[in-house]
Amino acid sequence: MSLDAKIPEGPLDQKWTLHKNTIDLVNPANKRHIDVIVVGTGLAGGAAAASLAEMGYNVSAFCYQDSPRRAHSIAAQGGINAAKNYQNDGDSVYRLFYDTIKGGDYRSREANVYRLAEVSANIIDQCVAQGVPFAREYGGLLDNRSFGGVLVSRTFYAKGQTGQQLLLGAYSAMSRQIAKGKIKMYNRHEMLDLVVVDGKARGIIARNLVTGEVSRHSAHAVVLASGGYGNVFFLSTNAMGSNVTAAWKAHKKGAYFANPCFTQIHPTCIPRSGDHQSKLTLMSESLRNDGRIWVPKKKEDAEAIREGRLKPTELAEEDRDYYLERRYPAFGNLVPRDVASRAAKERCDAGYGVNPTGEAVYLDFAAAIERYGNEKATVLGLDNPSKEEIRRMGEEVIESKYGNLFQMYEKIVDENPYKTPMMIYPAVHYTMGGIWVDYNLMTTIPGCYATGEANFSDHGANRLGASALMQGLADGYFVLPYTIGEYLADEIRTGPIPIDTAEFDEAENAVNERIAKLLTINGSKPVDYFHKRLGLVMWNEVGMSRNAEGLSRAMDEMNQIKEEFWSDVKVPGTADSFNQELEKAGRVADLIELGILMAKDALVREESCGGHFREESVETSGEQEGEAKRDDENFKFVSAWEWTGDSREAQLHKEDLVFENVELKQRSYK
Amino acid sequence: MNLTLKVWRQKNARSTGKMETYEVKGISPDSSFLEMMDELNNDLIEKGEDPVAFDHDCREGICGSCSMHINGEAHGPDRLVTTCQLHMRKFNDGDTIYIEPWRAKPFPVIKDLVVDRTAFDRIIQSGGFVSVNTSGNTTDANAIPIEKENADKAFDAATCIGCGACVAACKNASAMLFVSAKVSQLALLPQGQVEREERVLNMVDQMDDEGFGNCSNTGACEVQCPKGISLDNIARMNREYAAAMAAKGEK
Ligand SMILES: Cc1cc2nc3c(=O)[nH]c(=O)nc-3n(C[C@H](O)[C@H](O)[C@H](O)COP(=O)(O)OP(=O)(O)OC[C@H]3O[C@@H](n4cnc5c(N)ncnc54)[C@H](O)[C@@H]3O)c2cc1C
Ligand code: SF4
Ligand code: FES
Repeated sequence: MSLDAKIPEGPLDQKWTLHKNTIDLVNPANKRHIDVIVVGTGLAGGAAAASLAEMGYNVSAFCYQDSPRRAHSIAAQGGINAAKNYQNDGDSVYRLFYDTIKGGDYRSREANVYRLAEVSANIIDQCVAQGVPFAREYGGLLDNRSFGGVLVSRTFYAKGQTGQQLLLGAYSAMSRQIAKGKIKMYNRHEMLDLVVVDGKARGIIARNLVTGEVSRHSAHAVVLASGGYGNVFFLSTNAMGSNVTAAWKAHKKGAYFANPCFTQIHPTCIPRSGDHQSKLTLMSESLRNDGRIWVPKKKEDAEAIREGRLKPTELAEEDRDYYLERRYPAFGNLVPRDVASRAAKERCDAGYGVNPTGEAVYLDFAAAIERYGNEKATVLGLDNPSKEEIRRMGEEVIESKYGNLFQMYEKIVDENPYKTPMMIYPAVHYTMGGIWVDYNLMTTIPGCYATGEANFSDHGANRLGASALMQGLADGYFVLPYTIGEYLADEIRTGPIPIDTAEFDEAENAVNERIAKLLTINGSKPVDYFHKRLGLVMWNEVGMSRNAEGLSRAMDEMNQIKEEFWSDVKVPGTADSFNQELEKAGRVADLIELGILMAKDALVREESCGGHFREESVETSGEQEGEAKRDDENFKFVSAWEWTGDSREAQLHKEDLVFENVELKQRSYK
Repeated sequence: MNLTLKVWRQKNARSTGKMETYEVKGISPDSSFLEMMDELNNDLIEKGEDPVAFDHDCREGICGSCSMHINGEAHGPDRLVTTCQLHMRKFNDGDTIYIEPWRAKPFPVIKDLVVDRTAFDRIIQSGGFVSVNTSGNTTDANAIPIEKENADKAFDAATCIGCGACVAACKNASAMLFVSAKVSQLALLPQGQVEREERVLNMVDQMDDEGFGNCSNTGACEVQCPKGISLDNIARMNREYAAAMAAKGEK
């Protein structure tokens, strides 16, 4: 099957308007006869469910948590971008589009990204109207901050809890429709298969996680908004339940999986403290606005710090290496995430790490505290304030900006970040890859859509900060509700989709058989054992830096893990009860298969781009020596994988990326 | 660290539960309370026993899933944290720790430490929102400036994570702190004005229908709320409610 991205004709800045003007509409009276299933109630799914219900469709929404309000989106800290130009610093739709395309290392689609930038301003209006309490200035207007990879201040935020506030906005819009009976909400339900009838997505099989009951749900279209798959690495900043199951099941039913190897590694996470650890915690990237990143210049000093003989505050200024400011003078500490992450790993690998495991660099606020303290002193007209007073006033400013993040750090690390620099290290954070979708967000299965982190569309090989929230809400509120009409307009005469058909029988039986299999292996190792092993292989070989040999080895090792899992896993309990180990087992089984595909995808992509650093592809000379080397001639495509029965045998389809409006340049942040 | 755990085990909503005793060994003081529970569970699974069910997801103190009574306190002894953000360094080697589910009639136990908190969702559904279409045809976000003080207060109220610790901490199982946080957030913002009266009346009614008790101003909820939601919100909700009742009388 050839891939048709269905990018509308016309100039870039009119594509979306022209497309909307010509999309088929469904008559309001007919919408009542059309059912839509939405899997996932994060920003993407919550916004979509609320909007579709409001338009008049009958929506069934599913999430595995006990309430839609708890979806993983809730954890996003830093903010959401929008081209509002409220700060009058030269922002525009084009500039947001351009930054996003460049930030994604020219591996995303122009038309999609432009549309995203175009609707971004609407998102903020919508959320404010819903009562989302964004940060405001004294004059009552909205405040902005800036994020890595850009030179303008276009990020809207609600302290360090932006995701929570946005999700509660979407959740409240959903709640209104649930109360009206337009959304039927299935909490604590997990989608375990997609049902395809005559080539079209017609429903799902879900398991009630409390009673264990497996049930059939039919609809005219299915929207997958099930989030990302970073948990394939075991340790990541994702919520513990985040998983790939819904996307993977769709993949097995014919949805192509695109760019699976594009993983974002976030530079500012709290370093790992030991083997007991179950997840990593992100410190919002906004901290890089004020924090300076450094390691000791001399190895002896780094060693002394690691062994606790030397305190970071005791190290003289000239003995510190502010390596981002040194290497990238134009962007300094605000280089994009992939650049900052790789640079931290490079320093730590070279022996300059500052915590006992040698996997940490400093994020230091001392200079900012002094600067803000002095500013405050000037404002208050204090002459000759003492050092302590300046510090105190500076700390107050920092507290008002990042208080809850500092508090969180202190709880986890047990160190006061106002007094001693924070320690950070990169961690797996976001997956740019996902289900392949066309411009309408439809997958290769007609009637099956994918939105938010679950799709691959807008971020390319790297995601800039504050753009995932933007994409989730753009897809959910403003894109899908229009584009789905094109498909549903042909469904008005279909009538209700029956669930007593061979296709539903077959899918339900397969789900039941798999559950029975997991419960009867009765091996010797808990699910976590396999998940941790998988994560280690992924981090070591399919992580920030990769090479052909390691990737092939990783595929073999993961295949081995897969075999052992299916012969030696121990899943206690029964199928007809609340059984969290059973839930986990199903998810880990899918993550293992996905891991193999990720390695395969990384192996094929013999270029370095975005967060994906291929050791064989490095600039060897010139200003960019040692930096990642992208290869546009051979790899300017989306890799879309078709399932053929085994991840190792997946078949590659290429969607060539066409750039008509931006010139492909070397990404330089020097 | 070596610890003795007394854990509430309950097969499902219909069965009776009881405390079981478990020993866990070699726990790192840097691990979180839930990571300690993971270790317990992996031991239990290896021994062929049923692991302890508990709710959790983000493990960052923000989703509001984790919910345990630890030594008689919601989310345990530390202040302003959820259970996933509680670290074992807050305990001593050799401690005996009691772990129980939230206890409140409107929160029936599903299994072990997992309870059903959907009553909270129904309260929000009764009016905890601004009725605005999701069409994108709203006014510009800066068209209505909001006084910073009100914006900040609304934000503070909006930080409630819906965990239910307030209910669990209250001797009357009152949900006033939770409900008042939402009522306050929307009452403080210009966008929430239109439905202000109807909202508070509906939400309070729904709260009563769900079987939550009354507030007796003890303040245990505020002490144990991981997000520091203030009792001021309850006072504001009471004023809002009284005003709405009065206005309704006049109409
Ligand atoms: C700590 C952290 C901080 C972040 N900060 C930012 C930030 O500042 N700015 C930014 O732009 N982005 C940020 N991100 C990224 C952003 O939060 C996510 O990419 C985004 O929220 C994903 O939204 P989503 O709606 O696609 O998926 P999610 O919010 O992950 O929702 C997935 C939904 O799918 C459901 N689900 C999954 N599988 C199934 C199944 N099989 N059956 C039923 N339901 C299922 C879940 O229950 C859930 O409701 C951050 C991410 C993390 C981890
Ligand atoms: S008010 Fe506090 S304790 Fe109650 S639900 Fe909200 S966050 Fe939890
Ligand atoms: S697991 Fe999310 S708040 Fe504890």
